[in-house]
Amino acid sequence: MNTPLSWIKAYVPGLDVTAQEYTDAMTLSGTKVEGFVEMDKNLEKIVIGQIEKIEKHPDATKLIICQVNVGEEESIQIVTGAPNVHEGDLVPVVLVGGRVAGGHDGGPLPENGIAIKKGKLRGVESFGMMCSIEELGSSRDFYPEAPEEGIYIFKPGTVKPGEDAVEALGLHDVVFEYEITSNRVDCFGVLGIAREAAATFRKPFVPPVVEVKGCGGDVNDYIKVRVDDTELCPRYTARVVKNIKIGPSPEWMQRRLAANGIRPINNIVDITNYVMEEYGQPMHAYDLSTIEDGQIVVRRFADGEEFVTLDGQTHTMDGSMLAICDGKKPIGIAGIMGGENSMITDTVETMLFEAACFDGTNIRLSGKKLGMRTDAQSKFEKGLDPNNAIEAMNRACQLIEELGAGEVVDGVVDIYPEKREEHEILFSAKKVNDLLGTDLTLDEMLTYFKPLELEYNPETQMVRIPTFRQDLEGQADLAEEVARFFGYDNIPVTLPSGEATTGKLSFKLRVEAVARETAEFCGFSESMTYSFESPKVFDKLLLDPEDKLRQTVTIMNPLGEDFSIMRTTPLNGMLTSLAFNYNHRNKEAKLYELAVVYLPKELPLTDYPDERVQFTLGMYGSGDFFTMKGVVEEYLERIGMKERVEYDPKAGKNYLHPGRQANIIYGGQVIGYLGEIHPEVADNYKLGARTYVAVLDMPYVVEKASFERKFQGIAKYPAVTRDISMVMDKNIMVGQVEEVIRKRGGKLLESFELFDIYEGAQIKEGFKSVAYSIVFRDKSRTLEDKDVNAVMDKILAELEKMGIELRK
Amino acid sequence: MKDRLEQIRQSALKQIEEAGALEKLNDIRVAFLGKKGELTSIMKSMKEIAPEDRPAFGQMVNETRSEIEKKMEEMKTTLAKKAREAQLKAEVIDVTLPAKKSNVGHRHPNTIALEEVERIFVGMGYEVIEGPEVEKDYYNFEALNIPANHPAKDEQDTFYINKEFLLRTQTSGTQVHTMETQKLPIRMIAPGRVYRSDEVDATHSPCFHQIEGLVIDKHITFADLKGTLAEFARELFGEDTKVKFRPHHFPFTEPSAEVDVTCFKCGGKGCRMCKGSGWIEILGCGMVHPKVLKMSGIDPDEYSGFAFGVGLERIALLKYEIDDMRLLYENDTRFLKQF
Repeated sequence: MNTPLSWIKAYVPGLDVTAQEYTDAMTLSGTKVEGFVEMDKNLEKIVIGQIEKIEKHPDATKLIICQVNVGEEESIQIVTGAPNVHEGDLVPVVLVGGRVAGGHDGGPLPENGIAIKKGKLRGVESFGMMCSIEELGSSRDFYPEAPEEGIYIFKPGTVKPGEDAVEALGLHDVVFEYEITSNRVDCFGVLGIAREAAATFRKPFVPPVVEVKGCGGDVNDYIKVRVDDTELCPRYTARVVKNIKIGPSPEWMQRRLAANGIRPINNIVDITNYVMEEYGQPMHAYDLSTIEDGQIVVRRFADGEEFVTLDGQTHTMDGSMLAICDGKKPIGIAGIMGGENSMITDTVETMLFEAACFDGTNIRLSGKKLGMRTDAQSKFEKGLDPNNAIEAMNRACQLIEELGAGEVVDGVVDIYPEKREEHEILFSAKKVNDLLGTDLTLDEMLTYFKPLELEYNPETQMVRIPTFRQDLEGQADLAEEVARFFGYDNIPVTLPSGEATTGKLSFKLRVEAVARETAEFCGFSESMTYSFESPKVFDKLLLDPEDKLRQTVTIMNPLGEDFSIMRTTPLNGMLTSLAFNYNHRNKEAKLYELAVVYLPKELPLTDYPDERVQFTLGMYGSGDFFTMKGVVEEYLERIGMKERVEYDPKAGKNYLHPGRQANIIYGGQVIGYLGEIHPEVADNYKLGARTYVAVLDMPYVVEKASFERKFQGIAKYPAVTRDISMVMDKNIMVGQVEEVIRKRGGKLLESFELFDIYEGAQIKEGFKSVAYSIVFRDKSRTLEDKDVNAVMDKILAELEKMGIELRK
Repeated sequence: MKDRLEQIRQSALKQIEEAGALEKLNDIRVAFLGKKGELTSIMKSMKEIAPEDRPAFGQMVNETRSEIEKKMEEMKTTLAKKAREAQLKAEVIDVTLPAKKSNVGHRHPNTIALEEVERIFVGMGYEVIEGPEVEKDYYNFEALNIPANHPAKDEQDTFYINKEFLLRTQTSGTQVHTMETQKLPIRMIAPGRVYRSDEVDATHSPCFHQIEGLVIDKHITFADLKGTLAEFARELFGEDTKVKFRPHHFPFTEPSAEVDVTCFKCGGKGCRMCKGSGWIEILGCGMVHPKVLKMSGIDPDEYSGFAFGVGLERIALLKYEIDDMRLLYENDTRFLKQF
């Protein structure tokens, strides 16, 4: 909401503050000022001048030489190219050494304005400049009387040469932009803000005195009103104005409207807009001659009914939307926009003024359905005070009379079946102090209430709340009113006392923290990607049509298909990030993400989906499958998962290379997978390098992780190491060999290590050479050769059974 | 015999003196003291000496041996020292050659900022709690005093899954879960992802992170809220940081406030970062609304509390001077490397 300070001052005459003081104080008392524009910014040494004499420039056809009286003894000479000035005209003149806000073209204003110096135009000296409204930093929106091109000319007799032209134009003003919170419906009107300003600066609040003289007659002879849906329309007021004289509204009104961002149109439209801004109550004017049967009916539209609004648009309505109708047909969409069929035209003679109160939610939903957003609608949807409607109605009629725009027929139609009454809140100064941590007396608190029109009754200890403050519901709300005007800054600063609590991270978060550390030690940087993506990613990842991962939590109103499903796999995010790096010519990238996936338990969703963190690693450019495997094992070891990790190559992941993928199995449970990205998938992501990923499903990991540590002792007796070298079928996995070593190695087996694996020359086609170093130890004695030989024989015998040839 | 012994002695001492290297010294030891060494063989020829002279001669041999050994030991020390010096001299390196880095990865700036915040609040006795991102309408709105058809539901532009479920627009729902299930008093922070229907640009993202804070106890006051957040701001942005509380409106707190901190770039003088105001808005907060307490089964006459919500990206962007939010979700290693 934008409003000039001059308009606020109209109701708070004692207000005398700078723009910055006003901004700071209002913001701290809860009416946030987002910014302000000083309308006299960069306007210096600008006075009213009267052109005494105009001569042609000897050397330029488009220039004239003016002698201008600026209130000094001697007039000054100004050369101008302006086409619209005549001898005797009163114009704004910026003197030498002064400054104007902008150029005559009305483009963006330079930060420091334009300095005016003594100049020479085609050889003739010029001592200043006559100004257009654009050069004064304003526009024809504010000053519609200004010419489209040329110098601003004052009305004769209103000003004298030498006077301050900025003052005369009313430009010593500031327009403030407010951020009004949705609960303060009253502050969407200038009067509401003025009331806050008065309370903030402790100055009297002087609202307009509303009085309608009337011209006789009876409104009931002109119109009958029936409200069929009082729930959606709790109040409907109407008055009639006859003998309307359409014309421009006065300059002061146009300027105020323009400052609030509303374009002036004519006296009737301007008055409705003016009252809407002033009272926060939208109004509508109908041409009474178009209203059939002299009747207004407020009812719902019929489903599918078509209606043309005054902007010429046709809308299809439904039965949830409220219509203002005459005796035969709809003539307006309640609270949103009037109809073309009843709008005011320049030939209007008699009009019907409407100020009503509609259900805010209904207006909001209707507007949303229709895709409309009008000023009236945005006020109604906040839920207006029905008691304000009649005030606004009468104010508008008063302005009609004052501006001579028409004659107001006596009487008001007011359909208001259930009057909204003021309510009361039990108030205890002690409780407010207890909540705020302050030590204020009741009297101090009451001084804050008074300008807000909150009345305290010492006998009942109740505070009476005016109906325009529906946001005040309980004691806590009153505490805020106290806090706002005592000043949030003045409330003491303490720390909570009371029972001590333990600060901690959950076990899950600790296990995740180690994932971060481990990944980073191993050279991976943390990435973050969006949780929603396109359903197309499943095709990019070559998932089968029936794959369970295609069962997604789907957003009803997404930003677009690309953000429409909650991810069920972290891979798309990872591959997209890696591809981003690849396409930006980063030679290598190692990334990890603790990515949440969202797995619906059933569809449609009736229960919370399973939100699982998946520790996802991805890389290209250096390292291979086994680098990735190393990171996984490093991590599992660091979180106390020290049992053997198994790898099953039959992981069945379509998006991974069929010969380079494995499920990661711990304690019989698949806890994740790793592998090289399938070349086709890599192509789909435009990843031109071999890419490896590993994914650990963290809920399983967290279940098995432990931060317990136990010292295992250090061996006292020496170990015996035996090396074996084998030749075997290429398709036998070393995991199978290790299985034999582990099984047959028995209690004496301490560890084993693969130290050589080789295929090629000297090894026959289809075979490979594999060598292990096996370590045996007994904790209680020194091993003898025969002990070890016995175990080795068992191992070797088993290996031979598998067709493995031992090399001596 | 004695002469021979003397000859051996002198020869040994001379050779030791001239050895010059540790390996040579060992040769000398073998030549004189070894099993077949000269001193050993002279001992073996003891039988050529008259028996009465043998003890004396034996002693002479032993003395000679000790003398040689001692000399040898001295020389060994000297030579070892020389050798060490020579080695050190030969091994001088150019310390300005480039370092061999172990290519450690980098943490995401969001996480760095989050861990800062967690550290501060865990230190003040807060527990870190997580809540669901796909949330029920009830927890995201209704239980927070945002009833059906409240304009706030529109303002936040919620992503809906269906009538009952939505993507949470704020972490405040975790407050309610915690109040419903946890014993009092409560001190917790709840970080996590939240979603709003904003198109992606330099300052908006449809998916971002918030950190919710909640304290419920007897006698909690607005003054406590001020103190807690002032402490938080000083820890996060520096000792000289000042905070300003401005009245605001949130449906789930009353009184409510927005909090500004003195601009940590210019210290409050006014700069581009704070748009010349000297202040930067960082969070919203307030005293938990009595209706919210009641709905979660807490008696507002006995207990009170405060809550606050901080935008994590906002902190990360401000603190690390990142000028485009999109950088946070592109995961360019050239970006991540800088944290």
